[in-house]
Amino acid sequence: MSMKDKCAIVGVGLTPYGKRGEFFEIPQSDQIRGALNIALEESGLELQDVDGFCSYSVDSNDPGMLAPSLGIPNVNFSNMVFGGGGGGTCGAVANAAAAIHAGLAEVVMVFKIITQPAHARFGASYGSKQIAANPYSDFHRPFGLVSPVQFMAMLFQRHMHRFGTKPEHLAEVAVATRTHASRNPKALKRERLTIEDHQQSRLIADPFRLFDCCQENDGGGVILVTSAERARDLEQKPVYIMAGAQGGSSQWGHGLTMQNQPDDVYASAGHKHLAERLYRMAGVGPDDVDVALFYDHFSGLVILQIEDYGFCKQGEGGPFVEDGGLLWKGGRMPVNTHGGNLSEVYLLGLTHIAEAVRQLRGESSSQVDGAEIALVTAGPSNLPTSSLLLRR
Amino acid sequence: MALLEGLASIHPDIHTREYWEYCGKKELRFQKCGGCGAFRFPPLTGCRECGSTDVSWVAVAGRGRVFSYTVVHHPAIPEVREHVPYPVVVVEFDDAPGVRLISNVLDISYDEVEIGMELDLVWDEPSPGVVLPRFKKV
Repeated sequence: MSMKDKCAIVGVGLTPYGKRGEFFEIPQSDQIRGALNIALEESGLELQDVDGFCSYSVDSNDPGMLAPSLGIPNVNFSNMVFGGGGGGTCGAVANAAAAIHAGLAEVVMVFKIITQPAHARFGASYGSKQIAANPYSDFHRPFGLVSPVQFMAMLFQRHMHRFGTKPEHLAEVAVATRTHASRNPKALKRERLTIEDHQQSRLIADPFRLFDCCQENDGGGVILVTSAERARDLEQKPVYIMAGAQGGSSQWGHGLTMQNQPDDVYASAGHKHLAERLYRMAGVGPDDVDVALFYDHFSGLVILQIEDYGFCKQGEGGPFVEDGGLLWKGGRMPVNTHGGNLSEVYLLGLTHIAEAVRQLRGESSSQVDGAEIALVTAGPSNLPTSSLLLRR
Repeated sequence: MALLEGLASIHPDIHTREYWEYCGKKELRFQKCGGCGAFRFPPLTGCRECGSTDVSWVAVAGRGRVFSYTVVHHPAIPEVREHVPYPVVVVEFDDAPGVRLISNVLDISYDEVEIGMELDLVWDEPSPGVVLPRFKKV
């Protein structure tokens, strides 16, 4: 009993986009309430309709506190995707759809808020005292690997070595993404960027430079999911959930922090298994995708995901992004038309889902003509991570 | 100043204790599956290739090669501020295929490291009792 097209995203609400640490003193339940109200308003649903919670990334807002705080009368389903970071965004939406399709709940809110005060920056997360207390961090922390960018840089370094991918290819991702952000009034980084600007920016972890790295922000959002049947009577054009994949291959496993994948899996984003499953479940392939929203914590991982999702062969991602290959108009595949984590805002992947919804409703600031199918990925990281195929 | 001395602490548990005890004796040993012969690292209770829990700890000679690397330029945490830029390498071994060890190369300029570079194991004790496998260029 496939859940293909049985459920839909019917409302999206995002908080304001804050600087890192800016919203730390605002209770997360207040931020969730604000985003939920926006999502309810646009969907035409009422607060009382919501009966399920899905989240990810070790969320601390447990349903027993959140439901009464928000005024939600009954909770019929609650669930969270394992793992930290932004790997679970799409999986949380898939979980919501699975629960609704199975009859466990009727309207599920997927939610996540991130706040990054100085002591809880994601960018320094593998250096924190909490992580240090994990025996498995002993295999990287004493050697100076303390930040996600450093682990991912090594994957990409290997890709450059094996396939001749160049630093300028990284620049292409940053520049195309910024071009899209410059067209999005909500994006935080809108000033245009050139290949040269990128190449002159400082090195963070070789080969990644400053403009290869996402922003660090506070904020989040709520995505409302319900059955396709119910969605058709609501305010917005339904965005149907074709398929959601969550998990990954054991060969990838804890590959990010352990770096122990077989060579072909190493020089990848670890999404190949998810991609194959996702396409199979949805009954479509890469040629059917009109716009791709790739989780871009780091520019290089976009190139690796382009390969994992079959838009080109492994090793050909560099040439694929050349000459504006990712631009919304005239590119080989429109990618991150909102400006992504790199240039719009970093809210743990929620904004990628939000942009897919805008594209499929025909509301994007860089609208892809006739966009029917959107691919969304969550953050490449240790297993599990996730992805979605959505359609209008 | 020892390399990255501010990070020189380990926290062995029931899964990792044996590995670190060997390091304390300056022996670099990895788990080898008794079922299929595959090496694995970091230590786990089962084999990802065949699922067997039968295991032995096999010593490697210590000659390795850079599989990949990065040079850390931006100090994400205060403990590394005095040490940037520093290279971090992923090392592979001919006598333990499948193992990748994250480590550092001592006595080398950060911009000299490259993929394929041959390395020899050296034992480094950046803090008393913390014995880490590090490497020198052959």
